[in-house]
Amino acid sequence: MTKSCSRRGPGVAAFLVCLGFWSVAVAQTPAPPDPWPDLARDLFQSRPMAMDEAVALEAPTRAEDAAIVPMTLHLKAAGLRQATLVIDQNPMPMAAAFTFGENAGVTFMSTRVRVNSYTNVHVVEETGDGALHAQVKFVKAAGGCSAPAVKNLDEAAAHLGQMKYREFKSVEAGRREAQIMIRHPNNSGMQMDQLTHLYIPAHYIDKVEVRQGGDLIFSMEGGISLSEDPNFRFSYAPNGAKTITVEAHDTKGNVFKQEWPIGEAS
Amino acid sequence: MVRCVILALFLSLSCTKPSLAEGFSLEEIAPGVFAHQGQTALMNGGNIGDIANLGAIVGDDAVAVIDTGGSLIEGRQFLAALQQKAAKPIRYVINTHAHPDHIFGNGAFVAPDVTFVGHRNLPRALAARGQFYLESFRAAMGEALDGVTIVAPTLTVDETMTLDMGGRKIVLTAWRTSHSDCDLTVLDQRTGTLFAGDLLFLQHVPVVDGSLLGFLDVAEQLAKIPATRVVPGHGPMVAPWPKALDDERAYLTRLTSDLRAAIKKGDNVADAARVAGQSERGGWRLFDDYNGRNATAGFAELEWDAP
Repeated sequence: MTKSCSRRGPGVAAFLVCLGFWSVAVAQTPAPPDPWPDLARDLFQSRPMAMDEAVALEAPTRAEDAAIVPMTLHLKAAGLRQATLVIDQNPMPMAAAFTFGENAGVTFMSTRVRVNSYTNVHVVEETGDGALHAQVKFVKAAGGCSAPAVKNLDEAAAHLGQMKYREFKSVEAGRREAQIMIRHPNNSGMQMDQLTHLYIPAHYIDKVEVRQGGDLIFSMEGGISLSEDPNFRFSYAPNGAKTITVEAHDTKGNVFKQEWPIGEAS
Repeated sequence: MVRCVILALFLSLSCTKPSLAEGFSLEEIAPGVFAHQGQTALMNGGNIGDIANLGAIVGDDAVAVIDTGGSLIEGRQFLAALQQKAAKPIRYVINTHAHPDHIFGNGAFVAPDVTFVGHRNLPRALAARGQFYLESFRAAMGEALDGVTIVAPTLTVDETMTLDMGGRKIVLTAWRTSHSDCDLTVLDQRTGTLFAGDLLFLQHVPVVDGSLLGFLDVAEQLAKIPATRVVPGHGPMVAPWPKALDDERAYLTRLTSDLRAAIKKGDNVADAARVAGQSERGGWRLFDDYNGRNATAGFAELEWDAP
């Protein structure tokens, strides 16, 4: 030991030199480029967007749980037709694209998303005349062992497609407030098994339609950025219909349908 | 350059092995039962991920290691310290669950005669999360993350399993989804020492990454285990059993009842997560790092029970 340690000086120096090269290489790794210009081109054909008060995004500055980050879209523009939620740095940024029924009167939409890393989140609202309104918020990813993965895979598989409907007192005159919950793992398929080096297959809800009677309240096209057990809480203008119906589709071709009576109190 | 790296690696290995063990505390808490206390902190480069309690049980023929720490560096330190205290070969490395602070040191223990052991769901959890953990911890850990690999168990526990270290039997129990979906406990029957993994938090606020209701239920089941002392996953190195469960159960019960009340009232998840469990704040460390998360995930779980 003494003999080898007597040579420690130059050896350690050489080691540090090697480390030094490595550190420089790391330091020069560029920050991830802003994906938004490409996303705006791909999703919105680079059309002009007004960054104005016609839309607002309520999101936490720090994601508490990477797998369940609540987001609320406040939709204020007259003639609302669509709203898209984009998690810029996620592997599949387009989290949800909502299309609203003509007289649905939706003024807000709350849902939950996965956030993989520090990221901008954009909401883009489109009105009937084709105008786009946008807002952006920066969300810090959760720390610790929080992962954007399913927490309880057995539970998720056992209850696949089960739904729940809740109603709430609306604070807005002439509106009702409701919540639709769908049991689904919404597996991302982006996780590589470190042992087999194979990707775990994606399995997620890609389309949901919610109607009062025959009239569309909203439809949603979604991806893997939506949290497990997709969850939508929203306001709408009642049309007098007695029931709410939901039809959801997933990427394995499953179709889940359910209908509930609309309560009398609003 | 290649020669310089090889020479440097050779010299650093041959010179630093004794000092690897020197800074690493490993105490004999009962005859043949060793434990290491991690810091109550978040993993970072400064603490090399050394935030979880680790342990080892030494029989007449062999040693079982319980969790390996939050980096390859820590795993190597643990191995070096253990080799100074126990002359027997390591036969099993048991991982109590999939979180990085318990498994990132696995690579230090990989050897032909070592079998990695875990809950039946541990391979699946590592497959789903391993890559994300390796990527996401780089920012906090920096170079301390170097060399970390995901090592999955080849021996899995469906319900219970008894392993024999030579005149010394240890009982492994796989639990339902609670702290996570792959929690395993280890009981040394000879001394009545329970290694609870992260099914027991003391001082460090409990973390719910599986099921709040499951965690409450398992905490109740755990209390029936005939042990005299416990090594929690986080907090002091050793604590009396089953009294050590009291604080955790109080926290989980409070959080559950706060969330149930918020859901009944019609609150949304973001508002509920800001207030639920806050009355427990003074009793715990790292409360602000984890309570909001526990409340968010707990809300999403409990709202399926609401009328």
